[in-house]
Amino acid sequence: MREKILTIIEKNSRLTVKDIASILGEDEAKVTAEIEALENEHIICGYHTLINWDKTNDERVDALIEVKVTPQRGLGFDSIAQRIYQYDEVDAVYLMSGSFDFTVLISGKTMKEVASFVSSKLSPMDSVLSTATHFVLKKYKDHGTVIEQPKVDERMKVSP
Amino acid sequence: MRNPLNSKITGIQPSGIRKFFDIVADMKDAISLGVGEPDFDTPWHIREEGIHSLERGRTFYTSNSGLKELRQEIAKYIKRNYDVDYNPLTEVMVTVGGSEAIDLAMRVMLDPEDEVLIPQPSYVSYVPCAIMAGGVPVPIELEEKDEFRLTPEKLEEKITEKTKLLVLPFPNNPTGAIMEKEDLEKLVSIIEEHDIYLITDEIYSELSYKGKSSSIIEFPGMRERTVYINGFSKAYAMTGWRLGYCCGPQLIMKQILKLHQFAIMCAPTTSQYAAVEALKNGDEDIAKMREAYNERRRYLVTRLRDMGMECFEPYGAFYVFPSVKNFGMSSEEFATKLLEEEKVAIVPGTAFGDCGEGFMRISYAYSIQDLKKALDGIERFVSRLKTK
Repeated sequence: MREKILTIIEKNSRLTVKDIASILGEDEAKVTAEIEALENEHIICGYHTLINWDKTNDERVDALIEVKVTPQRGLGFDSIAQRIYQYDEVDAVYLMSGSFDFTVLISGKTMKEVASFVSSKLSPMDSVLSTATHFVLKKYKDHGTVIEQPKVDERMKVSP
Repeated sequence: MRNPLNSKITGIQPSGIRKFFDIVADMKDAISLGVGEPDFDTPWHIREEGIHSLERGRTFYTSNSGLKELRQEIAKYIKRNYDVDYNPLTEVMVTVGGSEAIDLAMRVMLDPEDEVLIPQPSYVSYVPCAIMAGGVPVPIELEEKDEFRLTPEKLEEKITEKTKLLVLPFPNNPTGAIMEKEDLEKLVSIIEEHDIYLITDEIYSELSYKGKSSSIIEFPGMRERTVYINGFSKAYAMTGWRLGYCCGPQLIMKQILKLHQFAIMCAPTTSQYAAVEALKNGDEDIAKMREAYNERRRYLVTRLRDMGMECFEPYGAFYVFPSVKNFGMSSEEFATKLLEEEKVAIVPGTAFGDCGEGFMRISYAYSIQDLKKALDGIERFVSRLKTK
């Protein structure tokens, strides 16, 4: 039941417990308990909303920064990651395989703001060897959802 | 001037669903649960294969019976699902949708006055096709108490000297009923005893929510008297590609091919290339869509029962068939009032045969969000009826 609950609310977190219980053919109380457990175990980490900021009047830039670092003796990458993810402007930090170590996703109001974060906060860190900043020009699909345009039902309204 | 029309054709009633469709089409903001096709787009890798075939300039006729590779894949598909062999060269033919196959099979097997047993409620084309083929359609009225399955008693009741054909429309549109292995097994000896031929329309076979679906062709002796019909529309969300197929013993298929040759030439080439990809690499897509339908099915049944609408548990296709008998209205009245008052469109059961009276077909080929919105409307409507 766990995986099923997760895959359902991953797509739509606004469903009520009652809805989820009907979808799964399970008891409502059981579903409530399971979701609570998932929250407590920090498997469910939050309920976010997917927003296409490009359509709002809000100015916003997103960037993906490739970061190369020197891992620290005894601590590996974790302590450096921690120093990076504490910043509020950082949306995500991933440790990567391949030619660089971290992917840092960040959003700011302007390009300048992002640039200044990289030059004054990220790059000067002791273990950071180099950074490469890529700005996002346009988002087509995010979190499995095509965000450019809403899907329109083009089927005939009634058919046999 | 003489009458230009054939009286057999003019005598056929237009599809009951048509009338309702016209009303709904005029309403701009109607929420519909009346659709009989998947809401998913055709999986991208399948569409891509169709596009690729166009880029390669594969824009010619295929052989009358369809691309050899496609027929081979179809034969393999049936083998792995039902362990039944069809020779892809002589016993498999690709058609323009399952509906062409229904038409052809009837024409090929019926002589004037031959009776065709058609379990109802069922898809709208069996009766007209039987009439056009010169046969006499004989409805078998299925009942909710049997979960709309065909029982041996109901079958035997309608068999006469003239019975030639039986249509097996399972998993069923509009009821969502299925026939499990033991249900089919009970029919076998009757079919043999009365020497009846079969058309099994298994277009919804992949949308079965109680384990893998069974087919009559799995039983010894049945393959020899059956035209097996399936297609790509429902399983792979490919309705607009217009592609189906039929399989049967060579004796019958030879004649079906002849008709197809003269009327159609061959099924659309682009669709056939896409279909090869679907059969080769589409199992996962089917599983994913089936799971999504199953979630919606459970949601719909639970909510309908919670609001006091009686409905048996349907294990196939993507329809729920609740009863409205408790509300003292005919199906058509219920549908019309629901549309007027809540702008929700569902199809009256009578569109699928007289015995659909008292029932409504609700499709769950919609996202949970859409279902929720429509069900809220139905719930308001039903609660007003109850307080009256």
